[in-house]
Amino acid sequence: MSALLEVSGVSVSFDGFKAINNLSIQVAEPELRAIIGPNGAGKTTFMDIVTGKTKPDEGYVIWGEKSVSLLGMSESQIAQAGIGRKFQKPTVFEAQTVRENITLALKNPRKPLDLLLNRAALDTEERVRAISDEIGLSDALDQTSGALSHGQKQWLEIGMLLAQDPRLLLVDEPAAGMSAVEREKTTDILVHAAKTRAVIVVEHDMDFVRRLNCKVTVLHQGSVLAEGSLDHVTKNKDVVDVYLGR
Amino acid sequence: MNNSFIAKNPSVLWFLLGLSLFTVLVSILSEAAGTALISTSFLKTLGKTLCLCLVAIAMDVVWGYCGILSLGHFAFFGIGGYAIGMWLMYDRTKDIVVTSLENNILPPTPDEITTAIGSQIFGVVGSSEFPVIWAFSHSLTLQLLAVVLVPGLLALVFGWLAFRSRVTGVYLSILTQAMTLALSLYFFQNDTGLRGNNGLSGLQNIPGLDDVSQATLSLWFFWASAFALGSGYLLFVWMTSGKFGSVIRAIRDNEARVRFLGYHVESYKLFIFTVTAMVAGVAGALYYPQAGIINPAEIAPIASIYLAVWVAIGGRGRLYGAVIGAAVVSLMSSWFTGGGAPDINLGIYVINWTDWWLVLLGLTFVAVTLFFPKGIGGLFDLLARKGKQS
Ligand SMILES: Nc1ncnc2c1ncn2[C@@H]1O[C@H](COP(=O)(O)OP(=O)(O)OP(=O)(O)O)[C@@H](O)[C@H]1O
Ligand SMILES: [Mg+2]
Repeated sequence: MSALLEVSGVSVSFDGFKAINNLSIQVAEPELRAIIGPNGAGKTTFMDIVTGKTKPDEGYVIWGEKSVSLLGMSESQIAQAGIGRKFQKPTVFEAQTVRENITLALKNPRKPLDLLLNRAALDTEERVRAISDEIGLSDALDQTSGALSHGQKQWLEIGMLLAQDPRLLLVDEPAAGMSAVEREKTTDILVHAAKTRAVIVVEHDMDFVRRLNCKVTVLHQGSVLAEGSLDHVTKNKDVVDVYLGR
Repeated sequence: MNNSFIAKNPSVLWFLLGLSLFTVLVSILSEAAGTALISTSFLKTLGKTLCLCLVAIAMDVVWGYCGILSLGHFAFFGIGGYAIGMWLMYDRTKDIVVTSLENNILPPTPDEITTAIGSQIFGVVGSSEFPVIWAFSHSLTLQLLAVVLVPGLLALVFGWLAFRSRVTGVYLSILTQAMTLALSLYFFQNDTGLRGNNGLSGLQNIPGLDDVSQATLSLWFFWASAFALGSGYLLFVWMTSGKFGSVIRAIRDNEARVRFLGYHVESYKLFIFTVTAMVAGVAGALYYPQAGIINPAEIAPIASIYLAVWVAIGGRGRLYGAVIGAAVVSLMSSWFTGGGAPDINLGIYVINWTDWWLVLLGLTFVAVTLFFPKGIGGLFDLLARKGKQS
């Protein structure tokens, strides 16, 4: 089990404020990993760095068996390399239908001419069906996604993530705004997805993290405070002080 | 494939049907082919309007669909006009010069002919030398290529520089406006070799077609304009429907998110920017022979701003909206500014429409932006909804 993603010694500061401070995290493939930590710990910024949105001041981010650096790559190149991301605030294309949103994400050639000349896989319709079944939006395929409920938008974004078929999924607070039943289903999807790939989930909800039943990394002030099983980290005194104790 | 394309885009059928009917009707009423109820000058106005509709749908694709508020597409339109104008002027002047030198006792040498053409064309700017920029003006084929290639290349280089530095929104609009301003200043200079503020004239005379009356020529140009508009409409519907269209609309709404899906956003923008610039060039090349004259003022930033106003009033994000906006506003504009609208006497003040039209247009634009963001095209949504209810 070698590392699929290796982040080491990474630091980022915004106007002098160190949001990420000498952070190192490794993720294997397949693996399910939860990241927890108080507000402002740097969880979202960590994802920004991995996906190329934010360039770190120091450190390196290494990807895959060929150990390529992600730092020199653009957002679209990183996405094509196999890293998919779900945002904290659900961001789907509200003016377009559920079907269009999923189709946009489907793993297919992505150059302008590929699209104009319709060089897509032939089984597009089936793949869209399969994904919409999985996220429970089969009946809403032709609905404008702006009209979906908050929870459904979260689902749609998870569906788009699955459609991309990435090797690494970065999922930022997937359960926000979901009912208990929806949360359970989300857990199932993530656990299932993590059987064949790496999945990193950021979540505040401890019950949700417990159900994921995986290794947990606790972030605080931009670096790793503790790492291990949920029981292990919740017994850690530092973690209790900065996060759980409040 | 064609069947499903039309089935998915029913507006195409209606649009092409309407355009064909309009073309037939105008032809029947024209001087050259029918009852002469439409004067040749009005026929030219209609033909020009079709060209404006064509550049308007190009603007709609780049702005309404892809979210790039370009204030440069009318400059591409003007460049297309200049490109064809150079050939028209050169070839026509050559005909005249050759005929007038025919009576000389000694046959004129090629050099003499070139000098004579040069002093005819560039006399107004005190020169008879052919500037380098006219190097291809003898060849219709090359100038026709220039109609699409020059705007295309310009858009490609400019777009590449702007998009890769991720300039977006208002800043990008200002940048395109700066490009347009620089271009129009460049065209204004006598040194550029395009006759400075005189521009090019006599473009309504087509070399080799001296025997054909203006009435007939105008009808041909009208047909060509209608054909170009129809083809452009098809091209853009094809581009904006399907998955490609889905990507560019997604870029308009949230380009960062599209990047995280693995699309190289800059390539898409560059593609759209360049293709629409080329279509704008074609529209200009059809427009200016009907107008007869082109000068650098046509390229000035204000023209591109009007273009955006037409599209906004017509309704952006739908191609027929842009057509309606361009047609209605440009025709009204020539009616108001051409003295067609009667002055309104308020007793203490007389509203003179040639002066007040722009104020009216400006107020309309503000009202549309604030209260009817979907423009005139939005009315069709209301109709469609009514139709479904009843
Ligand atoms: N672009 C930015 N400019 C300035 N400061 C930023 C920027 N992005 C993040 N920060 C700061 O960096 C810190 C870490 O933010 P981040 O969003 O990564 O936290 P988080 O762990 O995701 O928190 P939450 O649980 O609230 O989502 C915060 O203090 C935030 O204000
Ligand atoms: Mg966050």
